[in-house]
Amino acid sequence: MTTTSTATSPIDAPHESASSLGDVLCDIRDLHHRYGENVAVDGIDLSVRAGEIVAVLGKNGSGKTTLFRVLSTLLPIQRGSVTLDGLNIAEHVDAVRSRIGIIFQSPSLDIKLTVDENLRCQGALYGLSGRELSDRCDALLEQFSLTDRRRDLCQTLSGGLKRRVELAKGLLHRPRVMLLDEPSTGLDPGARLSLWDALQQLANDGVAVLLTTHLMEEAAKANRVILLDQGKKIADDAPSRLRADLGGGVLTIVPDDLADAKAILKRELNLETQIVGETLRMPCDAPEVVAKVSDALGDDVQSISIGRPNLEDVFVARTGKQFQ
Amino acid sequence: MTDSGMTTSARMGAAWMLARREWTRFFRQRNRVTAAIVQPLLFWLLFGTGLRGSFESAGGESFSQFFLPGTIGLIVLFTAIFATISVIEDRREGFMQSVLVSPAGRFPVLVGKVLGGAAIAWAQALIFLLLVYLVGAASIAWTFPWLLLLLAIIAIAMCALGMIVAWPMESTQGFHAIMMLGLMPMWLLAGTFFPIPEWSPSGPVIESGAATIGDWGGWVLAGIMQLNPLSYSMLELRRLLNPTLDLSSAGFAPSSMTCWTVTVIATIVVVVIAWRLMRGSRKADTMV
Repeated sequence: MTTTSTATSPIDAPHESASSLGDVLCDIRDLHHRYGENVAVDGIDLSVRAGEIVAVLGKNGSGKTTLFRVLSTLLPIQRGSVTLDGLNIAEHVDAVRSRIGIIFQSPSLDIKLTVDENLRCQGALYGLSGRELSDRCDALLEQFSLTDRRRDLCQTLSGGLKRRVELAKGLLHRPRVMLLDEPSTGLDPGARLSLWDALQQLANDGVAVLLTTHLMEEAAKANRVILLDQGKKIADDAPSRLRADLGGGVLTIVPDDLADAKAILKRELNLETQIVGETLRMPCDAPEVVAKVSDALGDDVQSISIGRPNLEDVFVARTGKQFQ
Repeated sequence: MTDSGMTTSARMGAAWMLARREWTRFFRQRNRVTAAIVQPLLFWLLFGTGLRGSFESAGGESFSQFFLPGTIGLIVLFTAIFATISVIEDRREGFMQSVLVSPAGRFPVLVGKVLGGAAIAWAQALIFLLLVYLVGAASIAWTFPWLLLLLAIIAIAMCALGMIVAWPMESTQGFHAIMMLGLMPMWLLAGTFFPIPEWSPSGPVIESGAATIGDWGGWVLAGIMQLNPLSYSMLELRRLLNPTLDLSSAGFAPSSMTCWTVTVIATIVVVVIAWRLMRGSRKADTMV
C-alpha cells in the first residue's frame, strides 16, 4: 500500500509504552473518502489501543476533519472499514455511538441552558436517567471543578470552562474511545495544560484517545503521532522516534534575509539549507558549524542554534514541504 | 443499553428531554413569549375593528368573530414556526452535532422538537383563547375539550411542517422566504381572512352572461382553498368556538366528520414526511 510505504514503522510496531497498553479499541483499515471528485482521505490505516493518546497531525485540508467525521459517524464509510471497540461502525452504528465520546471543534453546548441542564440533556441522549444520571453528573462536575458553576447558564462561562463542560459531556456515558477535534482551539495555555491532564487521566483509565490537531507542540505530547498529508498517512510513531529517525540535530538559523543568507551559505560553506517559515534549517551534529555560519553571515543573522529536530522537521523531511 | 443501541423507553426519555429543552429555552427568551401572543392579538384587534363595516359572513358573524379562528391559527402557526426554526440555530451553534452522533438517533429529535414546539403553541393559543373569553368576545361552550384537542392536533401538524422546512435549511433567511411564500399563503387561503367561496367542477357559478377572467380567477382560488387541508381544520375550529353558528348559507361547509378526518390525515402525512426527510438526509449532518 502506497500510504504506509513512506512510514518508518508499521502500525503494529511496538511503541514506547506498549507494555502498558491494552486492546486495540479503534481500528481503521484502508479508509477512503471523497467529496465528488475531491479525495479527502486516501487509504488510511490506523489503530488506537486502550490507554493510548494518539494525535492526528496535519495541515488544513490534510483530511483530518473528514477522518474525524467518519469516526464520529457523521459521514458514512465509502470504502475501507472502521472497527470501534470490536464493532464495525457501518453495521452497528448506534452501538458504536454509545461507546464513543466526541468533542467537536465547534462548541456543542446549548448556551441558553445551565451546565447541569446540558449534562442531563446529554445523559438522556445516551439512555442515562434517574439516580445513575445524577451520580454521573455529580462525579464529573466534581472532577472538572465545575460543581459551583453547575447552575450557571453556559453563555456566562469562559472559553476554558465551556471546554471543561464539553469534556464532562463527552465522558458522561463512560465511552471506551474518546475522539477530540482540535480540542485546544481557543484555550489559553493554562486551560490547555488542564485539558491534557484530563486526557492523560482518561488514558490511564484505559480509554483510547484519538485527537486531531494542527499544532506541533500539542501533537508532541501524545504517545503516538499520525502525520497526514493530502489524505495519506506519511508517518505513524512515537514523537521521539519520529524525531530520532532524522538523526542527531538540526541547525536553525534566523537571518534577516532568508534568500540572501541561503545563497551565502551555499556559496561560502557549501551548505544546503531549507527555508522553513522564517528560518533556515539543515540537519547538523557538529557544534563548530555554528561558528562558521556566524562568520559567514556576519551581522545579518538574529540567531543560530542547534537542537533536536521537532515534528515540523519530520514533516518537512517526509513531504519536502513546509508545515505552516 | 443493548448492542443495537438504546431501548425504546430510553429513546422516549431522550425525546422528552429535548421537548423540555424547547420549553426551557422558550421561557428564557421573553421576547418570544410576548411576540407570539401580542402580534396575533394586534392583528385581531386591528383587522377586527378596521374591517368591521365591510364584511358580511354566513351565519351573521362580525369580522372579529369571523377572524377569531384565523387568529388562533396564526398564533399556532407562528409559535410552531419559531419553535422549529430553532433547529437551524441548533445546528449553527453546534448543539445538533452532539445530538446526531448520540445513539438516540433522529426520531427523538423529531418527537422532541414537534412535541416541545406544539406544547408551546398549544399553550399560547389557550392563553389567547382565555383572554378572548375574558373580554367576552366569545363564550365557553360544551365543545371546549374538543377545541383543545383540535388545537393540539393543529399544533403538531404545524410543527412537523416547520421541521420539513427547517431541516434541510442552512440559514434562517431561507426559512423566512418559505414562510412568506408558502406558509402565510397557506394560512390566508384557509378561510381565515375571507370566507371560502363555493366551487363546482363545471366552472364558475354566475348569474348570467359569460364568465370573465375574474370569475375564473375566483374559481381557481376557491379550488385551491378547498384543497387546503388547513381550511378543514379552520372550519372545524370555527364550529367548536361557536357551536350555534349556522353555516347553511356558507359556500364551503363540509361536515365535522370530514373536517376531523382531513385534519388527522394531514397531520399524519406531514409527520411521516418530516420523519422520512430527517432520516434520509445526511446532508444536514455535516452542515455547520
